[in-house]
Amino acid sequence: MERVAVIGVGQTKYEQGKRDTFHELVFDVAGKALADAGMTIKDVDNIVSISSDFWDGRTISSMAIQDAAGAFGKDITTVEGDGTFGVLYGMMRILSGSFGVCLVVAHHKGTESNMNGITNTCFDPLLERRLGLDALSSAALQARRYMAVSGAMPRQFALVSVKNHGNAKNNPFAMLPMDITVEDVMNSPMLADPLKKLDCSPVTDGAAALILAAEREAKKLVTNKKRVWLLGVGHCTDAYRLGDRDLADTRALKKAAKKAYSMAGVDPWDIDMAEVYDAFSYMEPLWLEGLGFCDDGKGVEYLERGTFDMDGKLPVNPSGGRLSANPVQVAGLAEVIECVLQLRGTAGKRQVKGAEKALAQGINGMCGQSHCVWVLGK
Amino acid sequence: MGQRVGIIGVGQTHHAAHRLDASGNEIIAEAVSRALDDAQLAMDDIDAIVIGNMDHFENINYVDMWATDGLGSCMKPVFKVTTGGTTGTTVGACAYYHAASGVFDVVLAVGWEKNSESDTQAAIATCANPVLERDPFAGAIGPLATEYSMYMKAYGATEEDAALVAIRDRNNALNNPYAHNRMKVTVEDVMNSPMLSYPVKFLDMCPRSDGACAVIFAGESKAKKLCDRPAWVHYSIVRHDYTHFGDLEWQWMPTLERASAQAYKKCGISNPLKEFDVAELYLPCSTTGVKWMDSLWFCDKGGAPKLIRSGATNMDGILPINPSGGVIATNPIGATALIRVGEAAWQIMGRAGDRQVPRVKKALATGFGGCSWTDLFVLGADLP
Amino acid sequence: MADWKDQVEEIVFPGKISVPYFWTVGSTLSKWYVQMRDDGEIWGNRCPECGKVYVPPKIKCIDCYQDMNDWVKLPGTGTVETYTVVRYHEPTLHPKKPPFVYGVIKMDGADTGMVHFIDGVKPDKVKVGMRVEAVMAKERSGNILDIKHFRPIP
Repeated sequence: MERVAVIGVGQTKYEQGKRDTFHELVFDVAGKALADAGMTIKDVDNIVSISSDFWDGRTISSMAIQDAAGAFGKDITTVEGDGTFGVLYGMMRILSGSFGVCLVVAHHKGTESNMNGITNTCFDPLLERRLGLDALSSAALQARRYMAVSGAMPRQFALVSVKNHGNAKNNPFAMLPMDITVEDVMNSPMLADPLKKLDCSPVTDGAAALILAAEREAKKLVTNKKRVWLLGVGHCTDAYRLGDRDLADTRALKKAAKKAYSMAGVDPWDIDMAEVYDAFSYMEPLWLEGLGFCDDGKGVEYLERGTFDMDGKLPVNPSGGRLSANPVQVAGLAEVIECVLQLRGTAGKRQVKGAEKALAQGINGMCGQSHCVWVLGK
Repeated sequence: MGQRVGIIGVGQTHHAAHRLDASGNEIIAEAVSRALDDAQLAMDDIDAIVIGNMDHFENINYVDMWATDGLGSCMKPVFKVTTGGTTGTTVGACAYYHAASGVFDVVLAVGWEKNSESDTQAAIATCANPVLERDPFAGAIGPLATEYSMYMKAYGATEEDAALVAIRDRNNALNNPYAHNRMKVTVEDVMNSPMLSYPVKFLDMCPRSDGACAVIFAGESKAKKLCDRPAWVHYSIVRHDYTHFGDLEWQWMPTLERASAQAYKKCGISNPLKEFDVAELYLPCSTTGVKWMDSLWFCDKGGAPKLIRSGATNMDGILPINPSGGVIATNPIGATALIRVGEAAWQIMGRAGDRQVPRVKKALATGFGGCSWTDLFVLGADLP
Repeated sequence: MADWKDQVEEIVFPGKISVPYFWTVGSTLSKWYVQMRDDGEIWGNRCPECGKVYVPPKIKCIDCYQDMNDWVKLPGTGTVETYTVVRYHEPTLHPKKPPFVYGVIKMDGADTGMVHFIDGVKPDKVKVGMRVEAVMAKERSGNILDIKHFRPIP
């Protein structure tokens, strides 16, 4: 199969209360990605935008950013979901042979919307929506289930917040670099037992873009140093209703990861660094189990041993993770971009030495109903 | 690199203004089950699923997650795309690229909408820029009326020309058991129907419907194995215009002109009116069935009134357009454009029942939506 | 260089999408709600192929994609699989004032869990594995709140 490379990346600083409009954000990051690849919009033959009518408060939300993404007269389409899925569609469009160079761009302004109200609309209006569930309360149900099945404790989940906010200190794009302790997390306000404020990711604004190219185009357009290859990808969806799933069972993630590893021809421990979707602290060890880095229920033990620290065997979320900035649609794209920077060796103070292979994992839906797993390599 | 792709099964619901008998997931399941039956496949044969609709018509966020039960997507890869009116063709194109990439083999595309569940125009109005255009120029009817009155002035087209398109599509729908509006109408009926926004009258305009459509795409070897006459995808293309309504060039349809010109070039089509055997076009209003004929290169600029009056696009004409009854008979918005692809595929597969056009070898399907943009598919009985 | 944005008077238009919605309940869930509303009973439905019993009922088995026409009456008792005590308040979303408890309850006779409120007990006394029973609302109108909540079986 022909290979597809990431040849340019661009992102805004992630922060709250950005004054730019959606299309100013998109114009900014699309321009940065093009500049990074040393090319112009003329070199791009198709565009995948990622937007959500719910978060944008607008029907056909992609209309708000098309001009800024350079879509005039071009083939453009819109993925609604996490950025990792946008990258997947960009890759498939190129592999079909129809296109050579794809701009993938996502934007999100959490501060212009109401996270709990919007995630409540993820629930079935015929059933659970009326109970008032949202992303936070459903995540709390998952966290408790994970504790009941694995014996993990909230103090161990707190280690994720401590680690990731600490990592964010080395990432100029992150929103919440913080020196905190397990006690700080444990003493932060209880929102939905067992989740406290510092177990939860913040409302964030930001945008990100990357440019994908077929191998033949990539070799023409950029130098070796800029190219990072998409080696493998898998995505899979679990059942919809929370009660249809065992919330501590990561079977959909396992299936997605298996496909990604097999396509890339790697084993989990061939991976040198990973960006996983830590929208809530407990998710990091749970997803790392699903990704095959440890047995089910053992995630927090590895975490305590420092396996996932910057100087551990597998640095996880060197960017600071979603706990340090969670621009929802953008989040997975930002993960892939972090992997690209790490593999290029240009991740600055958070550089994982000698990173050859990296993993990014995005989710859609409540409690990680759907997962998209990427393996990237030099 | 990549693989050729064919359509091997199509299913759609019986469309209606109100499908109060079935929930959203139930109409999705109805279309999916029928597509599986049409292709003689079981859910286990499906490798990946793509779904789309317009969020604010049902107020369901992450529809791809919510629809798991109806789609049969539990423990399968599922993907959501959405682009407004073009959502159906966007879903179809996404499923096509899933298979064409070689990453997946058998891919199910599903478009659906229950427009009865909300106020369609109120929801559509929110697509306009909230700061500039949402108040003065929103909803679907105003822009379409505006562009046709310009065309009338420029080329001498009439309200009756549009009425001819309306009766063509509406009377074709009598042959389609799935169609929402099935009623025999005359030019007088159309001309006498209530004026919505000059020159567009009630019977010129599409309804809003409840319904779903499912189309199964497969890579070349699977398609040949599973289907005796697949509808091969020869080309899929999208063209966009500017975002602000005020920036558009209303006297013509640039995205349709650009998309079709590129598609014809790639497919070696020099005389589309003669070389296509059937077209299923996303014509949201009968007026577009006049004006956009120029932009599809079916006639010279301004030649559309003559073309329509000649009957060339009727069921017995040189290029039958919308044997299904088209969008003005049936319009479950997120499914509407996918129905065009499904109907065009059925025409090639010879499964179009009473609306079958004889000996279809090449078919055109289009989608229209958003800010006057175009999605387009060329399908053929022969391998591309 | 001065940031051009500092020279801009920042005007913000407030907006709200107000669209009314009418969700069709459909054949499967309508039947479930009618049983609940008229008889105060909770039913599930069973897959003819794998035998899995779902509550709330399904239009298709999520594993087998089979139609589900086989209905079974459930006793209304079950076990708490997980729960959370909600401490924050979203007045437009939450039908109860915090603190209140959500739980996933595995109903006896069913293979899937159901999300609902757990009440009639101090929030800090709720435990995973606790046995509970459904309390039906006195006034029932055919929706999920016809079950008032689940409470511990004494």
